[in-house]
Amino acid sequence: MSPSSPLHLAVALDGAGWHPAAWREPVARPRDLFSAGYWADLVAEAERGLLDLVTIEDGLGPQSSHLTEPDDRTDQVRGRLDAVLVAARVAPLTRHIGIVPTVVATHTEPFHISKAVATLDYVSTGRAGLRVQVTARRNEAAHFGRRAFPPLDPDDVRNPTDPVVRQLVTDLFDEAADHVEVVRRLWDSWEDDAEIRDVATGRFIDRDKLHYIDFEGAHFKVKGPSITPRPPQGQPIVSALAHRHPTGAPFRLLARSADLGYLTPEDADDARAQVTEVRAAQAEAGRADETLHLFGDLVVFLDDTPEAARDRRARLDDLDGGPYTSDARIFTGTPQQLADLLLELGESGLTGFRLRPAVASHDLPAITRGLVPELQRRNAFRRAYEADTLRGLLGLPRPANRYSPQLSTSREPGATPIATA
Amino acid sequence: MSKPLKQIHLAAHFPGVNNTTVWSDPEAGSHIEFSSFAHFARTAERAKFDFLFLAEGLRLREQGGKIYDLDVVGRPDTFTVLAALAAVTERLGLTGTINSTFNEPYEVARQFASLDHLSAGRAAWNVVTSWDAFTGENFRRGGFLPQEERYSRAKEFLATANELFDSWQGDEIVADQETGTFLSDAKAGAFVHTGQHFDIEGRFNVPRSPQGRPVIFQAGDSDEGREFAAAGADAIFSRHATLDAGQAFYTDVKRRLAAYGRRPDQLLILPAASFVLGDTDAEAEELAKEVRRQQVSGATALKHLEFVWNRDLSAYDPEGPLPDIDPDVDGTHISQGRAQVRMYRDPLATARAWRELAAANNWSIRDLVIETGNRQNFVGSPATVAKTINDYVQSDAADGFILVPHITPTGLDVFADRVVPLLQEQGVFRADYEGTTLRDHLGLDTPGPTGP
Repeated sequence: MSPSSPLHLAVALDGAGWHPAAWREPVARPRDLFSAGYWADLVAEAERGLLDLVTIEDGLGPQSSHLTEPDDRTDQVRGRLDAVLVAARVAPLTRHIGIVPTVVATHTEPFHISKAVATLDYVSTGRAGLRVQVTARRNEAAHFGRRAFPPLDPDDVRNPTDPVVRQLVTDLFDEAADHVEVVRRLWDSWEDDAEIRDVATGRFIDRDKLHYIDFEGAHFKVKGPSITPRPPQGQPIVSALAHRHPTGAPFRLLARSADLGYLTPEDADDARAQVTEVRAAQAEAGRADETLHLFGDLVVFLDDTPEAARDRRARLDDLDGGPYTSDARIFTGTPQQLADLLLELGESGLTGFRLRPAVASHDLPAITRGLVPELQRRNAFRRAYEADTLRGLLGLPRPANRYSPQLSTSREPGATPIATA
Repeated sequence: MSKPLKQIHLAAHFPGVNNTTVWSDPEAGSHIEFSSFAHFARTAERAKFDFLFLAEGLRLREQGGKIYDLDVVGRPDTFTVLAALAAVTERLGLTGTINSTFNEPYEVARQFASLDHLSAGRAAWNVVTSWDAFTGENFRRGGFLPQEERYSRAKEFLATANELFDSWQGDEIVADQETGTFLSDAKAGAFVHTGQHFDIEGRFNVPRSPQGRPVIFQAGDSDEGREFAAAGADAIFSRHATLDAGQAFYTDVKRRLAAYGRRPDQLLILPAASFVLGDTDAEAEELAKEVRRQQVSGATALKHLEFVWNRDLSAYDPEGPLPDIDPDVDGTHISQGRAQVRMYRDPLATARAWRELAAANNWSIRDLVIETGNRQNFVGSPATVAKTINDYVQSDAADGFILVPHITPTGLDVFADRVVPLLQEQGVFRADYEGTTLRDHLGLDTPGPTGP
């Protein structure tokens, strides 16, 4: 980790905020959720707070209060814009912050995703990443009509006893790992100096520096090379949210494919245990020497007093008709208290945090104007951006290209081809 | 009484990955950095153009089994760069070429609806089709089709996307913080499509965008392509930029509209056109010759001859005579991933004609390729080019042009600075944008949820 930033901080953006009644807060802008200005304002606020990155949620179907099936609720935000395009729309308006949209591996083409995120890296001059996600929702599969999934009970997804469900979960994550592998190979399919513009021979490129990726996996084949030259960062950041799961598949995806994982620990002990498990999987995947950041995810309600935060949460729960639950720990309190908690959790091997603002227009400014100065006072957070790229902010070097001839003798971190057993 | 003057539509085609684009010129900049796209878009917007146009190709072209290296290679993802351009422009339309063979309707409809929201109503889709297994090798579904099915898939793809765009009426988002009603209709976005190529159902998750649907372009020139355009497109990106061919095409396509209950002004004909400007016509002619030589290097000339001969001609001298051997008409075609190869239907006859032409004029291979290749569409002083463009539009050879500069990214600047003011003075091109959406600029109706 870079000495100027002992703790990394990300914010997860999702509609009006993570509480389903967030849009009903007076400060929320529910009619602006589908406008560029709303997203530009949020990301500008995050950048004002010197955050490492924002993630942008996405999905290939309407949001639902149910884990595996759609609902017909009309009292919550439904509908969202494509996250990669939101990211691209705000990128030219910012200068330092990393921008990490969600992409769904299950139903998308890795060739399209690779060039889209490479292009996001170009339009942000080196600040792009992606958050890879899988989906087993039947309704989303029906939007594509190319595959079908069995009906799934939410509890059975979280803790499957049925071998069919266990296999399905394992397959979806393995497919996501293959997807990421193709995306990464395509990013490297052009060497950095492939464009030569040699007027004497009339050649624009040295085609020996472009590479077929010839990927063949259980789910697809992709030839390559990309149509888009290697992006500014070489390899934009690959991240994923991963929960402890009986199959081990989510942690294995982090171990094999990611630069950054988001974990959902309940407390410091749980964080320590999860970090240990991911590190073991990382070693097993042959990536022990590579940087894999592990951030803790927290939903946050931040106010000047603990009572105010609790009251706000209770008010929103009332409006939504029931208590908000989350896969991540829900924090209510003051920025000072949150700083205490983050520093405590930080002892457990987490390298940073991804905060999910309960109400975007309230809790994001509370992070940037309350939490960040508090962390700075404790010398636990940067006072200025120390790098121009997202890899730079995360302390990751620009990786060598896996297809460059010199790589066969000197393998550099981050550039090692991932096994696709 | 003479008929009122037509207003000209102008658009800017970002220089493409073919030999029209002169990368060897000292002025030529990056083809991939965002700053180039931003410069190009801002120039087009400064000139009050209707829109910017991006082409697409989903596999790098090959010739003789190797990646073609003589032209510009490499470009960005269409959607992503257009969304970023929406941040650095305010009025300019943003037209992206997106293939209906290597995509799925739900995803593409989401992307266009999102782009339309994020640009406040400036998105357009140039629908193209493909059938080649060559490109399909980059995609998990393979994605290639029997050639005869490509238009049926494109038609159904567009129809399905329209069903998705129309699955929201536009008034469902109430977002009433007091009553707690976000959506007025629990079934917003519901759709079912059953067809030959797509069998999908569910809920579209992007609310209706400012234009309702993106503006639809069609670029194919076949009879099927023309019919496809007449049935459902808002504009045609055509290749017929000469007066006679333009008028014939214009008449033919506009004539087809009535069968679909559409008016002639509901489908714009916008040919692609290149240009070279000089202070005088003579100077422009000289410059144009120079540019054509830049566009066709010796190496490029040999490669272009290979399209016809379908053989490796790398041993020939481009400054020497044409090959004596005949084209190979049996083997698989030497070139993959480009449309140009379909232009030579009878290679033996073409080769014979070219040999005679070269012999009669004492032309080398390179001379031949330059002389038989495309001449720039508009060559002359700013006044000449402005007059020519206006004459073409007023005489119904086109409704306007999609201009293709040969230098990235500054090739449009001189047109913006010197030709556009003349057209504005003549009252045939807008002095400023009158509306905010691309449909406004093009004079197209905004479709209602059940279609126009």
